[in-house]
Amino acid sequence: MDLKVNDYTTDDGLTVITVEGEIDVYTAPKLREKLIDLVNKGKFHLLVDMEKVEFLDSTGLGVLVGGLKRVRAHDGSLELVCTQERILKIFRITGLTKVFGIHTSIAEAEEKRKGAK
Amino acid sequence: MAIVELSFSALPVHVRTARLIVTAVARRSGVEEALLDEVRLAVGEACSRAVEAHRRNCPDEPVHLELKGENGRFEVTVTDAVPGEDISGPGRREGSDASSGDLTSVGTPEDLAFALANGTVDLGLAVIEGLADDVEISTSPKGVQIRMSWPAEEAS
Repeated sequence: MDLKVNDYTTDDGLTVITVEGEIDVYTAPKLREKLIDLVNKGKFHLLVDMEKVEFLDSTGLGVLVGGLKRVRAHDGSLELVCTQERILKIFRITGLTKVFGIHTSIAEAEEKRKGAK
Repeated sequence: MAIVELSFSALPVHVRTARLIVTAVARRSGVEEALLDEVRLAVGEACSRAVEAHRRNCPDEPVHLELKGENGRFEVTVTDAVPGEDISGPGRREGSDASSGDLTSVGTPEDLAFALANGTVDLGLAVIEGLADDVEISTSPKGVQIRMSWPAEEAS
């Protein structure tokens, strides 16, 4: 299955990246390119919506860590929306729940962002 | 004892095929539905690692899998043909506690990204260590072998 990656930027300057499909060694480069492209366009506050991700492996985790490193270099942020237990489990066993902000919805992430300003 | 053997060219696109086959055989071997996601992910990680190793060293050699169901266990062995790959270090710990693949001891995301890039951390092995019920990683002059197993009902 192909990976579908789309994005939009809110009035608040948050860029939401919706990802659909399987993120693995074959498809992860597409997500990596999208993150690099957004950073190159000056989008440094990213929210990756993973609610339609059916599979995530360590290659995908590596891409997200790489994206976080890139946006942090510009004082930016990369957070996630994810409520799927099987995806969350991968973040937990690698300890990456301590590295990424993980939200239950886009709305919740937006609210927290407004509250932090 | 039932054995299924599979060899595939070291191409990322085939890792998904391997995952699908392993999941089907695991289900047929009586692995609980709740464990199938773990089997699929752990075997996918082992296959991805082998594919990457082959692409760097011997792209024409196929990756080999053996799936075995016996004595109430479903066992998967992924074998690559790259001798001498170093599999020690964080997320690469031989004989480590299989219940934890926590990598945050590596430090900040910047440190972790650097460690991932230079290969001192292997997220894939960390995931395997965290997911497989029993893991054994061995290196030989022929290559690296990752053997993982899960409990399974005896298949009818």
